[in-house]
Amino acid sequence: MADLRSEFIGIKSPNPFWLASAPPTDKEYNVRRAFQAGWGGVVWKTLGAEGPPVVNVNGPRYGVVHGPDRRVLGLNNIELITDRPLEVNLREIKQVKRDYPDRALIISLMVPCDEDSWRDILKRIEDTGADGVELNFGCPHGMAERGMGSAVGQVPDYIEMVTRWVKQYSRMPCIVKLTPNITDVRKPAEAARRGGADAVSLINTINSITSVDLDLFAPEPTIDGKGSHGGYCGPAVKPIALNMVAEIARNPATAGLPISGIGGVTTWRDAAEFMALGAGNVQVCTAAMTYGFKVVQEMITGLHDYLDRHDMALSDLIGRAVPNVKDWQELNLNYVTKAVIDQEACIKCGRCYAACEDTSHQAIAMKSGRVFEVVEEECVACNLCVDVCPVQDCITMRELAPGETDLRTGIARGDYANWTTHPNNPAATAAE
Amino acid sequence: MSQATLSPGIVPGRLTPDELAVNFADVAPPLDRHEAHVEADRCYFCHDAPCITACPTGIDIPLFIRQIATDTPDAAGMTIFHANILGGMCARVCPTENLCEGSCVRNDAEGQPVRIGALQRYATDGLIADGAHPFRRAEPTGKRIAVVGAGPAGLSCAHRLAAKGHDVTIFDARAKPGGLNEYGIASYKTVDGFAQAEVAWLMGIGGITMETGRALGRDLTLDTLRAEYDAVFLGIGLGAVNALRTEGESFQNVRDAVDFISELRQADDRGALPVGRDVVVIGGGMTAVDAAVQAKLLGAENVTMVYRRSRDQMGASEHEQDHATSKGVRIIHGAAPIAVLGKGKVEAVQFAYTEIREGQLHLSENGFQLPADQVFKAIGQRLEAPLADLDLAKSGKIAVTGPGRTSLDGVWAGGDCAMGGDDLTVTAVAEGRDAAEDIDARLTGRPVEIPG
Repeated sequence: MADLRSEFIGIKSPNPFWLASAPPTDKEYNVRRAFQAGWGGVVWKTLGAEGPPVVNVNGPRYGVVHGPDRRVLGLNNIELITDRPLEVNLREIKQVKRDYPDRALIISLMVPCDEDSWRDILKRIEDTGADGVELNFGCPHGMAERGMGSAVGQVPDYIEMVTRWVKQYSRMPCIVKLTPNITDVRKPAEAARRGGADAVSLINTINSITSVDLDLFAPEPTIDGKGSHGGYCGPAVKPIALNMVAEIARNPATAGLPISGIGGVTTWRDAAEFMALGAGNVQVCTAAMTYGFKVVQEMITGLHDYLDRHDMALSDLIGRAVPNVKDWQELNLNYVTKAVIDQEACIKCGRCYAACEDTSHQAIAMKSGRVFEVVEEECVACNLCVDVCPVQDCITMRELAPGETDLRTGIARGDYANWTTHPNNPAATAAE
Repeated sequence: MSQATLSPGIVPGRLTPDELAVNFADVAPPLDRHEAHVEADRCYFCHDAPCITACPTGIDIPLFIRQIATDTPDAAGMTIFHANILGGMCARVCPTENLCEGSCVRNDAEGQPVRIGALQRYATDGLIADGAHPFRRAEPTGKRIAVVGAGPAGLSCAHRLAAKGHDVTIFDARAKPGGLNEYGIASYKTVDGFAQAEVAWLMGIGGITMETGRALGRDLTLDTLRAEYDAVFLGIGLGAVNALRTEGESFQNVRDAVDFISELRQADDRGALPVGRDVVVIGGGMTAVDAAVQAKLLGAENVTMVYRRSRDQMGASEHEQDHATSKGVRIIHGAAPIAVLGKGKVEAVQFAYTEIREGQLHLSENGFQLPADQVFKAIGQRLEAPLADLDLAKSGKIAVTGPGRTSLDGVWAGGDCAMGGDDLTVTAVAEGRDAAEDIDARLTGRPVEIPG
């Protein structure tokens, strides 16, 4: 069996599955149950400064986007940081860490953006035994209006400044949690690195309105007829998170900076994808909030199986796909494929035909008896038919052999060549 | 088992009222909203969907299912009613595994079609229960049309004609409208008086006068109808039952299955209906199944259905056959009755096994006897009275061309009484509708609209 033990910026955990800072990690009761269920670590829900805790709304905190059969595809929340007294949280953290020394326990922090506030909070958490801190520069709702959370995360200079303070006043490993509500995620990551961060974690939630109540004419979740944008998470945000993780992993200025991957991790496969794109571990929230803590057991067995099947160690997986993430202009324009429909597997629904005929390249013919065939002369290999086909592997893309003529262009398949040297590229011509 | 179940002869009250209530409850209870949404999610929204092609009324099934999925069941209902105004009854009685569901691509995908019939019921029940009729009539045309027969074909035809602004009078021989929907379908398929509720709702469009107790040939003649109305549509069904033509057929307790089914449908107290202990049903169609299953549900101890040809030639769908056997009905294929035995009263039926030689059915030497205190005949129906001037087809039904045009000018026909079709409710609805379109085009010169 593959060894799933994980070491992330010196923090050890029995597996790379951590619970993200969020409602599931708000208190001792939950965290103990999470550890009992098998989670490798938790990031304790964000602590604020000393004093009266924040308050939450007393109406709905979550909005949802459902898929078929009410499957939760996306969740948004307008919950703030912990609304429990600081002392209570600190006492509980200490007790849990004492009882679970082998698990990772990270404390998420968010205090006003001044040096004193950060120095004070770091002093307060010093003797909890926690393994590290995560700076919450990501929450896009509520706290951001008060100059914290994503209001900091959207200004790279602030990120750098606060990270510096944290490294100055604490010896704990420091993870900077990034907001996706920015234009270029590489800039805040670079700032975190300049400030001395040991790692970044991403993504925090995305500004969102999940739906509109068409009777009340108000956004969901609706509080007394009004709504506020909340933070979106869950399976729906995974593609956005994957890209942001990859951008940081392949950016020369941040390459090698450890990444804790967050954003819609629901199964072992999602976790493996994040890790292949450079994440050293993953953090999970929505899957646990949808199905309970037990989901980690599938993640553990699934990742074991995958690593065993590929005879890989966990460390072999991390970053393995990063070299294959490229700019568009580096893609091989002489790689030619054509759709192939497996007539045995085809159930004759005609979705490929409707999609191609109405919205693409008219490259699928409908013949009598509902037989659907690819017209290679028209097929640009866009893959839409593969994507809309309800039967897995019924439509596949066949790669043309070297020298084989593309019936659409009449050109024989050539060697690797990309846009930078293409005759239609004005820049390529100018360079000559 | 209660003593009454075992009593020989034909007796009422074989089962308790509670047992009967369970047995005759809705055989396919409606989907609730959650179930409907889960099922609707399974539809692939196929291009040029095979289910539409398979539906004799051409309902746009993927569209109505998508309307259910997006939580607009009434819009889904309207999609159905535009094509098939009796979509509520069809949702209950269509042999869907031979029609829409049989052609669903999910059969190939995982052997389990989308439950189109159940979804159609979900979509249509709400609008019918709502009571308010959703269609509006066009401007009056001043044309008057006689529709003979208030069954599926006649009702469908009348509704379409009324919608187009014509004034329609429906004549029906029976006391209640609905035809086979009211008199010819097993009770558990259409519970709670649905057939009458559906007719009342359909009539809500206005412009339709219903005259029940008026039979063609007895109270009306085709000639007077032709003289008094601008057009006549015949949807008179098949009123006569084929005979066995065997010895003993006239014995007591040998009866037509259609009468038994009709009595059951009209009974206020099923416990008062007598049924035999050993019941034999002769035939292989839906009528045979409906009689056999209901005899069993009334408490008959042994019910055997005997059909002269092979299983795959039975008129009853596989689903119906499975339903029958699940209720304890025994089905024997490949045997034909040669004599009803008894002394004035039936005591047994003698069967001979059949053989097919050169495409012809022959009786073999071998056979068997089934004890029987009650026999139901369900070997097909035919036109009741010869309709003097109308040409008949070889099948003995009214000859028609195109959308139900008979050999007489100004007379159309559809449903079971007309040639072609599969003698299904849904086919009758399609034929009535299409005849109405043709009548309208003839009377007004307007183009035909066949919905899709």
